[in-house]
Amino acid sequence: MLKTFPKGGVHPAENKLSKGKKIEKLNMPETVTIPISQHIGAPAVPVVNKGDIVKIGQLIAKSGGFVSANIHSSVSGKVLKIEPSMDASGYKRMSIIIKVEGEEYEPDIDLSDTLVKECSLNADEIKKRIADKGIVGLGGATFPTHVKLSVPPGKTAEHLVINAVECEPYLTADHQLMMEKPDEILVGCSIMAKAIGVNKVLIGIENNKPDAIKLFKEKAVSFNNIEIYALKVKYPQGGEKQLIKALINREVPSGGLPIDVGCVVQNVGTAFAVYEAVQKNKPLYERVVTVTGKNVKNPVNLLAKVGTPISELIELAGGLPEDTGKIVNGGPMMGKAVNNQQIPVTKGTSGILLFPNKLAKRPEVYNCIRCSRCTHVCPMNLEPHLLKNLSNKALWEELEKERVLDCIECGSCSYTCPAGIPLLDYIRLGKANLNRIIRSRK
Amino acid sequence: MEIVLYTLISLSSLGIILAVILFFVAQQFKVVEDPRIDEVEALLPGANCGGCGYPGCRGFADACVKADSLDGLFCPAGGNETMNAVAKALGMAAVEKEPQIAVVRCAGAPEQRAKTSIYDGPQSCAIAAALYGGDTDCPYGCLGLGDCVEACTFDAIYIDENTGLPVVSEEKCTACGACVTACPKDIIELRNKGKKSRRIYVSCVNKDKGGPAKKACNVACIGCGKCVKECPFDAITLENFLAYIDYEKCKLCRKCVEVCPTGAIIELNFPPRKPKPEKKEENADNEKAENNAAADTVIENTSEPKNE
Repeated sequence: MLKTFPKGGVHPAENKLSKGKKIEKLNMPETVTIPISQHIGAPAVPVVNKGDIVKIGQLIAKSGGFVSANIHSSVSGKVLKIEPSMDASGYKRMSIIIKVEGEEYEPDIDLSDTLVKECSLNADEIKKRIADKGIVGLGGATFPTHVKLSVPPGKTAEHLVINAVECEPYLTADHQLMMEKPDEILVGCSIMAKAIGVNKVLIGIENNKPDAIKLFKEKAVSFNNIEIYALKVKYPQGGEKQLIKALINREVPSGGLPIDVGCVVQNVGTAFAVYEAVQKNKPLYERVVTVTGKNVKNPVNLLAKVGTPISELIELAGGLPEDTGKIVNGGPMMGKAVNNQQIPVTKGTSGILLFPNKLAKRPEVYNCIRCSRCTHVCPMNLEPHLLKNLSNKALWEELEKERVLDCIECGSCSYTCPAGIPLLDYIRLGKANLNRIIRSRK
Repeated sequence: MEIVLYTLISLSSLGIILAVILFFVAQQFKVVEDPRIDEVEALLPGANCGGCGYPGCRGFADACVKADSLDGLFCPAGGNETMNAVAKALGMAAVEKEPQIAVVRCAGAPEQRAKTSIYDGPQSCAIAAALYGGDTDCPYGCLGLGDCVEACTFDAIYIDENTGLPVVSEEKCTACGACVTACPKDIIELRNKGKKSRRIYVSCVNKDKGGPAKKACNVACIGCGKCVKECPFDAITLENFLAYIDYEKCKLCRKCVEVCPTGAIIELNFPPRKPKPEKKEENADNEKAENNAAADTVIENTSEPKNE
């Protein structure tokens, strides 16, 4: 029996069309648009001005608080302007727009491919380096990594859990990265383990990636503290609470964090970014993005610079198919449709999905038939139909009692609803309003 | 027979005992309510719209009776008439307020504001606004999904089929403010109704610079500041490339309406202007040319994604 989380979850068609495609490097774009808010928390504060010349890897916006992250230039060139620009949020947000001129790197970045295994830094130095280089969680939530690695006083970490699950259908960015950079990822894992002071690293990989499981099991032998686990394929296993439950059978309490059960969860892509930051001095200014879809000519995994307009990525995947109905930023389950091809790649962009018209449309909505399927598939033991009704009636306090804030917005309820009710949209509305009320209480 | 008798006796004695207990309990714990609350409540419209800020009409009546003066207490649905009656009943001085009305500050009909995407999610402005700026290039404008219509208890607001924008009924709107709270884009505002219902306001909330604003919508406020200079009463302020007319200061002279290059300033219920033959034609021509140019750019914009 393979491990998995016990309650809820769905298994959508995997459609990993870009599986096994080598990570291609995208050509240098002409201009990049780098939003100053690419992470959860306070937006970064620009430290460059219009007309400044920047190099690749140069700090252009510094962290705006404890929960915030530095932002570095992904290109070398001239800062054209700093003004609001449309990004994946669907709104205009402050961005730094840079015109590319040449290709000049910050001198301290090690661009060679040689593997550096030994890390002489101590825990605090590692965390400082990670914060300096602007590393955030690359699984999609973009939570600043140095904050996650700082274990709050009074809590102890026992395990570092690495999420190599990639449970979203279609996406293969993490999988391909694992196949191409296994040693770097494992070194990254042990660096993070050192930073939080644990000597047990658990890597969970879903069973639909047997090649990665085999490769990592072979490579992990030389690290005595890293264990590899194959997991049953089930969405949303990449959710940190589900992954902890699957791997070590501990349940994060309602409203709690993984550290409450002695775990720190990091994405496999983050592990690679940490390796590059700590061992190679390279800030997070590029990431692997999957560009895929049923009608896409050439589904690919691309190494794209932050700030590149997604139209350039789509171009490399064979152009926008004629009957494209929706462009989704992220995976099909949790991703969000965008309304513009000019929006930039950010640190949180794991995939660009092009849905043909047939698949893009939302199902027709009928009345709830009380089949309770949403309740069955909810991995957080919530009752989505109830939350939806409460949210629709604006009963925010009732929603709090029903633990709406535990919802991880995985979308399993909306996916499974036979009446096509957009449950998650209403639940998100409820969460937003409740959060506003909670903030106003303080 | 005996059983029936015993039952009757025991049950009726139990009834009598309980009645006596209840009588004393009711006397002991009697809630003395000010009879004036009922009186005031009868004077109120009874719509329970919450526009006064209290939970329903009874809550408001309770607050009126308990208050020392009617300062800050106002029933927008009933207006001055109701408040005078309430003041009379309570023997206090009424506070007169200028009648107000809800004003929708967006004129982005489809012919002015081209659609650039399609929204097929739940028909709720609040949900759509959480997802993105809207199906046009203007992230500030009306989404047209009718949260305001849903919120209105007086049936005073509806979505116009042609423009896709909410329309407020002059007669029915009581300025309770339910739509103002419901609108996630803060487009609806309560403004003084004005003499003969005449009003002038900037029908736009776009805070972008002139270029992007005009590109997204033909009737956007581009923040040029012409109206600010023109206004003889200092009623217009410009902030974040958006003009705002203070309804307290505005004397309804209509000079700002004439100078606005995009037609973002709207005048309502005014008699038609006296024609100024030569000048007017010129202006109209200019305006036409400008509109055409803007329309061209918009079309280019919309066709771009299709070609790529």
